[in-house]
Amino acid sequence: MRYNIEILRRQSPEAENYTENIIYDTDDVGETVANMLRTINSAEKILNNDGKVIEPISYEHSCMQKKCGACAMVINKRPMLACDAFLNNVQINGHIRLEPLKKFPVVRDLIVDRSIMMENLKAVRIWAKQENITLDEETVHISYEAATCLQCGCCLEVCPNFVSGDDFVGAAGFVPAGRLLTQMTVDDRQELADSYKKHVYKTCAKSLACNDICPAGIDIEHVLSASNAVAIWNRLRNR
Amino acid sequence: MRVNVIGAGLAGLSATRTLVKNNMKVNLISYQTSERAQSVLAEGGINAAMDVSGESDSYEYHYKDTLKSGCDIANEQAVKNFAKASPDILRELVAIGVPFNSKNGQIVQRYFGGQEKKRTAYAKSSTGKEIMTALIDSVRQYEVEGTVNRLSHHEFVSVKMDISCKGVYVRDTFTKKTEYYEGPVIFATGGLSGLLPGVTTGSTMNTGNAAAELFSKGVVFSNLEMVQYHPTTMSIVGKRLLVSEAARGEGGRLYIKTKSGEIKYYMEEKYPKLGNLMPRDVVARESYLVVHDDNNEPIVYLDMRHLSKEIWKNRLSDLREEIMHYKGTDPAKTPIQVEPGIHYFMGGIDVDVNHKSNIEGIYAAGECCSQYHGANRLGGNSTMGALYGGRVAALSVVADFGEKCKKQEYAMKKTDSEIKDGERIPESIEHTPVITENAKGIFMESMGIIREGDSIQKGINRLRELQQDKRCNEMDIKRLRLMMAMLESAFYRKESRGAHYRTDYPKRNDESYKGLVKSKCDKVGKITISI
Ligand SMILES: Cc1cc2nc3c(=O)[nH]c(=O)nc-3n(C[C@H](O)[C@H](O)[C@H](O)COP(=O)(O)OP(=O)(O)OC[C@H]3O[C@@H](n4cnc5c(N)ncnc54)[C@H](O)[C@@H]3O)c2cc1C
Ligand code: SF4
Ligand code: SF4
Ligand code: FES
Repeated sequence: MRYNIEILRRQSPEAENYTENIIYDTDDVGETVANMLRTINSAEKILNNDGKVIEPISYEHSCMQKKCGACAMVINKRPMLACDAFLNNVQINGHIRLEPLKKFPVVRDLIVDRSIMMENLKAVRIWAKQENITLDEETVHISYEAATCLQCGCCLEVCPNFVSGDDFVGAAGFVPAGRLLTQMTVDDRQELADSYKKHVYKTCAKSLACNDICPAGIDIEHVLSASNAVAIWNRLRNR
Repeated sequence: MRVNVIGAGLAGLSATRTLVKNNMKVNLISYQTSERAQSVLAEGGINAAMDVSGESDSYEYHYKDTLKSGCDIANEQAVKNFAKASPDILRELVAIGVPFNSKNGQIVQRYFGGQEKKRTAYAKSSTGKEIMTALIDSVRQYEVEGTVNRLSHHEFVSVKMDISCKGVYVRDTFTKKTEYYEGPVIFATGGLSGLLPGVTTGSTMNTGNAAAELFSKGVVFSNLEMVQYHPTTMSIVGKRLLVSEAARGEGGRLYIKTKSGEIKYYMEEKYPKLGNLMPRDVVARESYLVVHDDNNEPIVYLDMRHLSKEIWKNRLSDLREEIMHYKGTDPAKTPIQVEPGIHYFMGGIDVDVNHKSNIEGIYAAGECCSQYHGANRLGGNSTMGALYGGRVAALSVVADFGEKCKKQEYAMKKTDSEIKDGERIPESIEHTPVITENAKGIFMESMGIIREGDSIQKGINRLRELQQDKRCNEMDIKRLRLMMAMLESAFYRKESRGAHYRTDYPKRNDESYKGLVKSKCDKVGKITISI
């Protein structure tokens, strides 16, 4: 099958955007966007549709099995992991458009600077100062699920309320908080609960657009309501 | 002065925690944030003799199993220390909230290859991810207070050296600017899957570039011929998908069909005691042999149809989802086709029992170093090895540099324009994909599960030719050098042991080869191999 790949590119943060078109042929039904980019880049000469030799396409990758969140990008308008995007499934009439995530500053081509996500986790103060957690068997599954967040940023892309640099941290910021909120004792979690109120509770509209997009399949609604129960209502766990 | 930790997987995070707890300040440097490190992929579990299964397990058994599966070439004292410390490390993980599967408040452990006792703790089938998240959270507080200076999107460029290591050059991959940081360096850069793109289970970002640079700088490497083929992997685009050993630990059975249609559980037939859970080198080799036996259809299957619903739900959920997603097959309903694939590098930076390299100021831990696993790594031992190694390396730095680091004020980092002290920093650190692809082809032909002297020699000659290729840049040359050392080590070891099996020397020879094969590169790129 022949695909027409359209990539929104930029050489540096200051440079102008431009669109590159590349023809890509494959019969492999398992081919993913991430592996396609790897294949394109490993050619000795990379040619675009006009037959011009072009620079390799910059994108982030690591695990190639949707476990690390590195390769998140916008594929035919939908934020997703490139290693989880089968060409066959995402193409529209053989056409696939790749763009960098839009809520973060572009570094090069499909690479964006997601540092703000790390800053947000710091702002929410997600850590356990006292390393003395005893897991609660009732809620441990929530903690387990919260810990699977990839920090990919797809949820932030679709969140109507997330703006980089604002107080509100979006699902990528509150899901990880759920891991500790549900397991720490009342005394130990106070600081975390306070910052949770400030950075999450007041702004989240609970529209749950994030829930549908999360490539890790996290039940964000569930984690959110459990975290709210603990941090806001002091319910669920009272030891 | 800060300690520089390069790599933010299990080993790097463990080293960082230990340093901070000993009042040291850290630069934590990595290509990407910790969430992207290969460590998050570990599924099956982590070993520690917790003795929770009523089998009278103890660290002595863990020590013996590890040494024996490694075919007696690992450092005995190091393995003993490792096995002894493991239960405490596991308890520490529990205390930071890792949700290991447990029953009535007690951790549950499972069987894993090469071990007669249930010694492998797990968090469903995302053990690595769950441990990483807890460690990342725990280090975050130190980032906020400034003790840890996290430099993600930074890559290692080189070390500054006279007879010892003074500091490290790194490059911001976003701005492409080079920076210099004074102080001792702990390498925790993971395995070498980046030398062999697409054919391993590992991360594309364990490029092997750090190892290649250090090798060319004269750091001694060892055990490079010992490459682990995991017996059960599946081919997907861009990589090999691991089918965790947990699948067999929970009861999965390997079989092959004969041409007359008979089903042979070849592992259970040949090894009645451990069966499908023999050490990985043995299972991979047996699978290779049955596939190449003319009486059989050349496909190995892993049958997990008989596993209970409870097991699929609570212990192997992610594994099942992954196989269904990428292969379109439900392993609970259909036996899956599996093949051996490259999974782990037992060799790496040669370190002593304290995780010091041959160069003062350079330490290494985790998969990038050669420690604990000998000729064959046990499943569940590398996560623990990375955590323990990171701790030991950090404690060594504290002992060697503690006073100095605390006395000297934090030397401001130097930026691009200020680095003009005569040291030549490598220009290009991006390898050329075509060269890497060619090198991979050569490697795969001579460094398979079954090896033979002539073909290894042929590979060495071909690598030498490739080094003359005009397209090679400086980094390509260094990477080829490291790969050359892997092949030369394999050629040097004229015996069969663990992951290294040679048809021209099929027997183990303790008289000549009971030890690690070491490789060293001199200033003009000449490689010396010795034992
Ligand atoms: C699919 C899979 C499943 C596994 N399952 C298990 C299991 O169940 N049990 C078990 O014990 N082991 C398992 N392993 C092995 C184990 O996960 C790894 O050996 C271990 O996690 C390695 O940890 P590490 O800290 O040494 O390196 P990694 O986690 O690989 O981290 C390497 C770090 O170094 C950085 N880095 C690398 N090069 C550079 C550079 N040049 N400059 C800057 N940064 C650099 C990377 O960005 C990363 O942060 C598995 C491995 C795989 C691939
Ligand atoms: S529920 Fe809506 S507002 Fe809240 S994080 Fe998700 S997308 Fe954003
Ligand atoms: S919550 Fe889901 S979408 Fe958001 S960062 Fe985590 S894994 Fe990605
Ligand atoms: S490369 Fe890891 S999620 Fe895509």
